[in-house]
Amino acid sequence: MSLPLIVFFACGVTAVLGAVLLIVAREPIHSALSLILVMVSLAVLYLLLGAEFIAAVQIIVYAGAIMVLFVFVIMLLNAGVEERTNLSKMAKYAGVPLGFFLLLEIAHWFWRSAVGARIANGSGTVNASAVSTRDLSMQLFQQYLFPFEATSILILIAILGAVVLAKRGE
Amino acid sequence: MSVPISYYLVLSAILFGLGVIAFVFKRNIITIFMAIELMLNAVNLAFVAFAHAWNQLDGLVFVFFVIVVAAAEAAVGLAIVITIAQNRRSLNVEDVNLLKF
Repeated sequence: MSLPLIVFFACGVTAVLGAVLLIVAREPIHSALSLILVMVSLAVLYLLLGAEFIAAVQIIVYAGAIMVLFVFVIMLLNAGVEERTNLSKMAKYAGVPLGFFLLLEIAHWFWRSAVGARIANGSGTVNASAVSTRDLSMQLFQQYLFPFEATSILILIAILGAVVLAKRGE
Repeated sequence: MSVPISYYLVLSAILFGLGVIAFVFKRNIITIFMAIELMLNAVNLAFVAFAHAWNQLDGLVFVFFVIVVAAAEAAVGLAIVITIAQNRRSLNVEDVNLLKF
């Protein structure tokens, strides 16, 4: 086995383990910490895929800012052990079949679609040269300039909304 | 030998499925929010994998936008969670049943 495969399997198993821990953990803080584990291992996978900038943003914004916000809210609300309830009838007779249908749909997409066929043919295994952050910023500030500016307005509105909601709660 | 792109897509699908399961089965509002973040992360992995496979940058730009939207969503969502927790004195979604069918 080559080194990239070993790194991929180590990080992939860690990510899946973290996601499973998120589900089985009963304390919200344990779920938050396992989600940070998933995000860090995904950042390593991004590095493996040659996307250094996205890996850095993943660590700084996701594992840093967003998860600190989650941990802070868990601490602020003193969130304890969650109560388990039985599955409702809706979840039992509609949710579970729909979940299986979603899984089947994803599997079908993988094996039958044109994209899946192209991947199966091996054209997806090209060892592309590492994408430079310079090229990415060129793309971001030229072709995607308007969406980029629109996201700043989105962030501004989100800040305003968070402040308004927090003030009303007092 | 590099890692085949299908491995990344399968990992992305597994993580997305686990996120859906967590979203449906968890009862704590904050944990449900974390399940949404997990699903967004799974989609990001698929975006980066496709960007690598086709040697295109557009996938990475979209990951950037997804992260921005996730940050905005987390800020507003957690403010709503705090308001609900103050009004209902509970974080259990079963207790928030005003719009429940």
